[in-house]
Amino acid sequence: MDSFFSTYLWPAIVMIGQSLLLLVCLLVFIAYILLADRKIWAAVQLRRGPNVVGPFGLFQSFADLLKFVFKEPIIPSGANKGVFLLAPLVSVTLALATWAVIPLNENWVIANINVGILYVFAISSLEVYGIIMAGWASNSKYPFLGALRSAAQMVSYEVSIGFVIVTVLLCVGSLNLTDIVLAQKSGIGTMVGLPSSFLDWHWLVLFPMFIIFFISALAETNRPPFDLPEAESELVAGYMVEYASAPYMMLMLGEYAAILLMCALTTILFLGGWLPPVDVWFLNWVPGIIWFLLKASFIFFMFAMVKAFVPRYRYDQLMRLGWKVFLPLSLVMVIITAFVLKLTAGA
Amino acid sequence: MGLQAVFFYLFAFVAVASAFMVISARNPVHSVLFLILVFFNAAGLFLLTGAEFLAMILLVVYIGAVAVLFLFVVMMLDIDFAELRSGFLQYAPVGALIGLILAAELVLVIGGSVMSPEAAKSITMPIPSPAVRTNTAALGDVLYTHYVYFFQVSGLVLLVAMIGAIVLTLRHRENVKRQDISKQVARTPATAVEVVKVKPGQGI
Repeated sequence: MDSFFSTYLWPAIVMIGQSLLLLVCLLVFIAYILLADRKIWAAVQLRRGPNVVGPFGLFQSFADLLKFVFKEPIIPSGANKGVFLLAPLVSVTLALATWAVIPLNENWVIANINVGILYVFAISSLEVYGIIMAGWASNSKYPFLGALRSAAQMVSYEVSIGFVIVTVLLCVGSLNLTDIVLAQKSGIGTMVGLPSSFLDWHWLVLFPMFIIFFISALAETNRPPFDLPEAESELVAGYMVEYASAPYMMLMLGEYAAILLMCALTTILFLGGWLPPVDVWFLNWVPGIIWFLLKASFIFFMFAMVKAFVPRYRYDQLMRLGWKVFLPLSLVMVIITAFVLKLTAGA
Repeated sequence: MGLQAVFFYLFAFVAVASAFMVISARNPVHSVLFLILVFFNAAGLFLLTGAEFLAMILLVVYIGAVAVLFLFVVMMLDIDFAELRSGFLQYAPVGALIGLILAAELVLVIGGSVMSPEAAKSITMPIPSPAVRTNTAALGDVLYTHYVYFFQVSGLVLLVAMIGAIVLTLRHRENVKRQDISKQVARTPATAVEVVKVKPGQGI
C-alpha cells in the first residue's frame, strides 16, 4: 500500500497540482491578454477602450466571463446537437493541452517529453477540428463557409510552420523544447567572442524564418489580417455565428489560448525562451519566467499591432502567400540551412 | 507496468469501440469523427510501445491532414443514407473476405511470435534502448543509412501520385482575369497614368 502511494498516487497528485496551477495562471493571463488586445487596438484608433469595470477597466474580462456564463445557451433547432456542443470543448481542450510541454523556465515544465515540438505541432494541427465541427454542426451557411475557409487556411500555413520548425531543429539537433532553448546560449555572438547574449538567439541567424513563422502564426490562429473565417463584413462571425453564452466563450477561450501558445512558441524557438538578453549578473538574477513572459508579451503586442494596422487579406491572396511564397521560401531555407550545417560541421 | 496496462486497455477499448461506431453510425460525418478517434487512440497505443515519433507523426499526418480532407469531402457530398444502406448486403461478401484475410494475417504474425519468441529478436535493426538513442534519432539512423534508396523511391512514388492528381484536375480556363502581383508592383506612374491637358469646353 505504501509503495502504491509513493509510485502512483503521490506523482499523480503532484502532476494534477502543477497542471491546475498552470491552468489558473494561464486563464488569468488570457483574461489580461484579451484586455490588452482591446486596449492596444483602441489606442491605435485613438479610443479609450474598455475603462469602466475596475481601475482602467482591469476587470473587464472577468465581467465578460460572468455575462457569458449567466446568459442562456441557444442551440439552433436544425443543429447537430452533440457535435455542436462538442466543438467548443474540443477547441478549448486541445488549445490548453499543448501547454503541458511548454517550458516556462529551466525545469519548469509539466511533461518534459523528447518529442515536445512535434507534440505541439500535432496538437495545434488538431485545432482545426473544433472549427470544422462548429461550422458543420451549426447547419447554417455562414458558419459552414467560415469553417471551410478556416480549414483550408490552417492546413496551408501548417506546411510552412512545419518547415520553419525543421530549420530550427536542424540547428539544435533535438526535438525537446528545453534543449531548443538551451541551444540558444551559444550562437553567432559567442562565435565572434562576445559573451552569451540576445545575438545568439535564433531570430538573428534564422531571420527570414522568424518572419515567416510570425506571419504563419497569425494565419494559423486566424488573427487579423488573416481572420477570414470570421470576417464580419462577409460572414457575420464565421463559424461562431450560431453560438451564444458559455459555448461561445469557450470558442473564444480556445482561440486566445492558441494565440498565446503561438507567442510562447515563437519565444522558445527564436527568442531564447527564459534566457536573459545579456549574460550579466543583475539580469541573471531576474527569474527566467519574467523574461519568458516579457518576450511572449512582446510577441503578443506585435500580434495586436498587426491587427490594428493591416487590412484584411483577400482569400486568393492568402492562399497565394501560403503556397507560392512561404512554402518555396521555407523549403529553400531548409536546404540552405542543412548545407551550411553540413559544411561547418565538416570543418 | 500496472499503469501501462490500464492505459493499454483504455486506448484499445476506445479504439475498438469507435471503430465499431465508424461502420454503424448513421451519419457519415459522425463516422469520420469516430475514425479520427480511432487514429487518436492508435497514436496512444504507439506511445505505450515507446514509438513516440510514430505516434506524433500519426497525429500530424493522419489526423491533422488526411482526415481533415476526408471530413471535407464527406461534408460536401450530399449522401442519400437510405440508398447507401440498401447496397449493404451486396458488398458484404467482399468486406467479409478482406476481413478474413486481415484476420488470418494477424493470426499468422501473433502465432509466429508465440511459437518462437526468438524470431522477433532476430530482426535486422533492433530498436535501441531510449536511454542510448532517442526514438526519433534511431529511426533517422535506419531510414537515412541502410534504407536511403527505398526512402527516396517512396518519396518519388508519392511525387508521381501528386503530379498525377494535379494533371487530372488541372484545367486552364481562358478569358479569366488573373492577378499578377509582380506586374502590379512593377508599375510606375509613367506606365500607369497618362496626364492629359483638357481644353475648356472641348473634352477629350
